[in-house]
Amino acid sequence: MTTLDAPLFRDSEADRRFRAGWWTRRVLIYAALATWAFICLFPIYWTVTTSFKMAPNVMQGDMVPFVDYQPSWLGWRSLGLSPDTFGAESTPRAEFLKRFLNSTVVSLASSALAVLLGSMAAYGLSRFSYRWAWMRNGDIGFFFLSQLILPPVVLALPFLVLYKELALLDTRIGLILLYTLTVLPIVIWIMRDQFAGIPTELEEAAMVDGLGTWGAFLTIILPIALPGMVAAFILSLVLTWNEYFFAALLTSTRANTLPVMVASQTGSQGINWWSMAALSTGAILPLVVVGVLLERFIIKGMAAGAVK
Amino acid sequence: MSDTYLHGVAADDLPARRVALGRALAWGAGLLMLAVALWQTLGAQGYAAEWGTWRPTLYAFLLWAAALCWSQVLTRGEGGRRALFVLPAILFVVALTVFPLLFGVLIALSDWNLSSPDGRRFNGVQNIVRMWSDPFYWNALLNMVWYCLAIVVEYAIAFGLALLLNAEIRARKFWRVAFLLPLMLSPVAVSWMIGKSMLEPRFGPVARFLRWLGVDSPSFFGDPLMAKLTIMMLDAWTFIPFMMIMLLAGLQAIPREVQEAARVDGASGWRGFWEVTFPLMLPVSVTAILIRVIFKLKLADIVITVTSGGPGGATDTVTSFIFREYRDRSNVGYGTLLAMVYLVVIVAAMTVLMKLADRFTRPRT
Repeated sequence: MTTLDAPLFRDSEADRRFRAGWWTRRVLIYAALATWAFICLFPIYWTVTTSFKMAPNVMQGDMVPFVDYQPSWLGWRSLGLSPDTFGAESTPRAEFLKRFLNSTVVSLASSALAVLLGSMAAYGLSRFSYRWAWMRNGDIGFFFLSQLILPPVVLALPFLVLYKELALLDTRIGLILLYTLTVLPIVIWIMRDQFAGIPTELEEAAMVDGLGTWGAFLTIILPIALPGMVAAFILSLVLTWNEYFFAALLTSTRANTLPVMVASQTGSQGINWWSMAALSTGAILPLVVVGVLLERFIIKGMAAGAVK
Repeated sequence: MSDTYLHGVAADDLPARRVALGRALAWGAGLLMLAVALWQTLGAQGYAAEWGTWRPTLYAFLLWAAALCWSQVLTRGEGGRRALFVLPAILFVVALTVFPLLFGVLIALSDWNLSSPDGRRFNGVQNIVRMWSDPFYWNALLNMVWYCLAIVVEYAIAFGLALLLNAEIRARKFWRVAFLLPLMLSPVAVSWMIGKSMLEPRFGPVARFLRWLGVDSPSFFGDPLMAKLTIMMLDAWTFIPFMMIMLLAGLQAIPREVQEAARVDGASGWRGFWEVTFPLMLPVSVTAILIRVIFKLKLADIVITVTSGGPGGATDTVTSFIFREYRDRSNVGYGTLLAMVYLVVIVAAMTVLMKLADRFTRPRT
């Protein structure tokens, strides 16, 4: 570009200063971005690589596989998930898969239930005016959202006693009910925003065509609100998959989830770094995949309601 | 609140028999539920045959809930069909929070240790007296204040990141996904990944890095202040993306013309940020901070798994303290009272905070 000896147009002094400023700004921005991305990604990298290490590699603090150390399947073998143990029977693997299945069932079911109940409630609140005793729409909406403030610890011990009496302790159903309750306010918050953005003329037209209230909701509105529902579902999934407190209190052997399994291993003496790393990797992997693939929906869900 | 309600014609002519059927359904199921509950209560007291678990009452409640929904449609027609949208959620939430909360008040006023054979004994305000002189509980409450104050720093970082993501950058999607990932990870896994493994004082990478910088014998959970800061950082790491996304959404909602107009008026860079962007972002910021406070008040899993409150209660949160009170001593009565007091404190604090926020963000005319 600047091969000409005497350039026809020369940047003035001010322009050059401007350009220098622009370049330093660029460099600073990318440096900041890279730093924070490193902070975000390094723990994940560290966990995944540690699961392929052996004792001396951990002690020496080796970082890069194949350069610093030779990866081995030690950690994954202890979970029964390495190539050479796949064929054989393995108790740890059965245990891990059981917890994994529990987590999957509980989080999927409670998110689905929350999205179902929450979307209906949010639609009702955004379209019809209710009056129930002294409560109007605003009060009912506030009643739902105020559940967000309720700290889990307040419900934990009463639920422990109640579940004991109802024989729901250590069952998946018990956890599903409780998790649905914890994410319901968030779902209602997101969905109310979604429905408010859909013009009421759509339903009015549908009703003129002979559809009932529910018919219009199911055939006209739900398909339009689907992206919002997916966003709410994914956000619920993240929260319920990661929940630890209730799971630790209310489950013991049959229904406990992955976080409980991870936590129960950390306390033990003489930590097996590699097998813990493998276990953690297994616990975070599904959501990392979800996060990478469906990032759009998560952002949409969290951005809803932030901007009015 | 929007006033765009849907106005349909609700001119149902409901036959009297249908209305009567609906009423009978709701009342019948309701009475059945009461009868079952009464029978079970008597059974629990030893006056009638016992049924084992309380499942029958639960089933009776479910039956009543279904009957109530159906009878709404039968007796009120279109109005009932509309109520059907909200009613299931209301019944669900009432059954799962209001009832346990009332039950919780009863537990809170009693001496109840699940591991002792005596069962529940009403003891009035004794738990409150005990709480008053429990230094660990007050310490945990004070810790919560410190943890909440850390949100200011988190907010500043999150705002900075949101500005970065909103700048003209390449590979925006990559940065966004990378910045979002910590939020997806389970706090328990994070507390192992970072709290136990990376912060391990002998060979963890962070300790190594600090030693390379010249800090000798770095320890992260040794002294109270350091331990508290470390827990704050761990929690911040997982939750900064949450605030960042909300702030980013706010930034993207600011019309371009506003910033261009500001630039034309000579307000650029630092001044433009403080005089144009920041005031416009106030409402979003307040929402983000309030929600973050709510989540922060629930902080427990990291503390339980990394430090279990130590050293000397320096990192204890209210939730982790009550968790241990139950885990170590099965003390349900006292634990519930502590939780109830915490709830009252939170509701009072949040009300004040929301009032302040409302005054703070109201446009000044």
